[in-house]
Amino acid sequence: MPVLDAKGHLVADAWVRVADDAPLPDAPALLSLARLRAEAAAGRNAPLGLLLDPATQPEEIAELLPRLALIAVLLPKSKDGRAFTQARALREHFGFAGEIRATGHVLPDQWRMLQRCGVSTVELPEGADAAQWQRSRAVVDIAYQPAQDGPLPPGGGLGLRRRLAA
Amino acid sequence: MNALVEPIALPDPAFPPHARTYRYDEVDREFLQERIAEFSDQIARRLGGELTEDEFKPLRLMNGLYLQLHAYMYRIAIPYGILNATQLRQLAMIARRWDRGYGHFTTRQNIQFNWTRLEDVPDIMRALADVDMHAIQTSGNCIRNTTTDEYAGADPEEAADPRIYAEIIRQWSTLHPEFTWLPRKFKIAITGAPQDRVAMQVHDVGLVVKRDAAGAIGFEVWAGGGLGRTPVLATKLRDWVPEEALLAYLEAVLRVYNALGNRDNIYKARIKILVRDLGEEFRERVEREFARLPQPTYRLDPEVVADIAAHFAPPPFARLTDAPPAYAAALAGDAAFAAWAKQSVRAHRQPGYASVTISLKPIGGIPGDASAEQMEAVAALAERHGFGEIRVSHVQNLVLPHVRQEDLPAVWQGLREAGLATPNIGLVSDIIACPGMDYCALATARSIPVAQMISERFADLDRQHAIGECFINISGCINACGHHHIGHIGILGVDKRGAESYQITLGGSATNDAALGELVGPGFPYDKVTDAVETILRTYLAERAAGERFVDTYRRIGLGPFKEALYAGA
Repeated sequence: MPVLDAKGHLVADAWVRVADDAPLPDAPALLSLARLRAEAAAGRNAPLGLLLDPATQPEEIAELLPRLALIAVLLPKSKDGRAFTQARALREHFGFAGEIRATGHVLPDQWRMLQRCGVSTVELPEGADAAQWQRSRAVVDIAYQPAQDGPLPPGGGLGLRRRLAA
Repeated sequence: MNALVEPIALPDPAFPPHARTYRYDEVDREFLQERIAEFSDQIARRLGGELTEDEFKPLRLMNGLYLQLHAYMYRIAIPYGILNATQLRQLAMIARRWDRGYGHFTTRQNIQFNWTRLEDVPDIMRALADVDMHAIQTSGNCIRNTTTDEYAGADPEEAADPRIYAEIIRQWSTLHPEFTWLPRKFKIAITGAPQDRVAMQVHDVGLVVKRDAAGAIGFEVWAGGGLGRTPVLATKLRDWVPEEALLAYLEAVLRVYNALGNRDNIYKARIKILVRDLGEEFRERVEREFARLPQPTYRLDPEVVADIAAHFAPPPFARLTDAPPAYAAALAGDAAFAAWAKQSVRAHRQPGYASVTISLKPIGGIPGDASAEQMEAVAALAERHGFGEIRVSHVQNLVLPHVRQEDLPAVWQGLREAGLATPNIGLVSDIIACPGMDYCALATARSIPVAQMISERFADLDRQHAIGECFINISGCINACGHHHIGHIGILGVDKRGAESYQITLGGSATNDAALGELVGPGFPYDKVTDAVETILRTYLAERAAGERFVDTYRRIGLGPFKEALYAGA
């Protein structure tokens, strides 16, 4: 499936989802938590990624983070917003610097907020309209609270409010 | 990143200059226009089939639009219940132009229009934005309108002004990127007064603004209160959160809830269930999150507080003295005025001023409804006598917070002419009722007609005064929008094998002595519920000791005598 990058362009997905009982390919591989824990992965050069269950708390995977290049968070339904808190915690508490990818039932209307929580990319169905995602992301560019999108405005004034980067 | 650091814009000449509403500047106005563009695009995508109804529903709810029994209902935000006269006139215009000439003020200090057509919504949104209003987050599983004390800034006993923090919470929670897709709705109430008038303990989060011995501001934080199917009183999380940590602490509470709240069953998804199930662990998790989050990022800067506080500075009060001759003479000379003043006029912190509560509960009327003409009359009175400011109370009445005592007779005359001078504030006909089966798709029974029947039964004011303070709350289903659990007399309408049945609870309260009412016994049919209320009140009058309110007598004697009176011979 295509992936929407930070600027709203559709790019090919270099990652391969690997079933728990399938052999590990010599390509960037996305694994379940159980498989990742089971995999020694010593000596492996190709990047590893984790399919994070919405019910898993980021602290439960803290020791795995140095090995991960990508974490896929999941919205099982668009209104299930646990991924927003997971992404923010991964960035804020654990300084995770790799790619965080939103997967599942994601709406264009949620993309800006996902980005503000630290999500880098979105996995989209084939044929998705990137232009709609760009429009939905751009429409509201004023925010009223701190998030993972930059420092606070310098002291004074209406410090809660900021204009978001294009 | 262009941080916006700008001075507060000068008051718009179109607005009453002294009304203490938060004043928008061009950036706030631009934000509203962006939001209108976003929702218009979402409506177009729904109509074009790009969004399914399931996908569209939460988006429309977060813009205040419900689908009711007969039509769309549009719920417009009145942040912490404060309006200026220009805004109230605009609501009257909307009622007349796009609805049926009236609106309904809610227990969350908002206003609802019950007959909205979907195609009119973009025009209504623009009309609202013209007066710096909107319907953002009045529904949906997000942080809703923060409610506060309708006498804030006027109450003589207030320790600190809750409006400043309600506005800060409003801004912080507006389109919050992490907390817009919560397990369920999230309601915050804040008070700064020793007497709780916001039902703080039945909110998802309840805040009490306090001062320490040195005068510094801090917050008592409660969480996990709520009504609905599972009524729970809130648990105190903290006695003191310093002002600068308010948003950090709220972030911590919401993060724990968003991560762990139930996502499988909407009836178990409110934070009250999580707080109840986790017990002490909930507090520990909040404290752990609070301790580890980067405090500087979420620090509430004192300069931000000062800037927002400037919006709520006292209006230019005149130097006056209490009980001016004109007021004293009217009290002595006009029994009708005196009866109204006894219920509706409240002491003010500024000598020579008073707060006036306007009853939206005429005998036999619909609780909380106001016609366009009444809204305009109140707006005119606010401009003439009250710095152009109006409040909505969670009891579904209106308040003019700052009125000169010498003007009270004129205000009363104006209210009388508009049919708004019913002297029943705090009495048995000052009823809270949900819309019930007359409007609501969830309701299982009527509630408005029950309120009307009770109000008519007790129409005689002398009788209401003899009974004294007594709050009746009516809900038309177990979702409890009429807050029946916290009424002194609570009435819940349910469907019992195809017929409406009304269960009665006694002894509820949402103030400092918060309590959930106790079920008195089997339910009553629609045509017997008014008799039951009368029996309960007769029992109280027979049993009460000197100076006791209904709820005091109930607490002393318990359910027994009421049960006996209601069910004897049954």
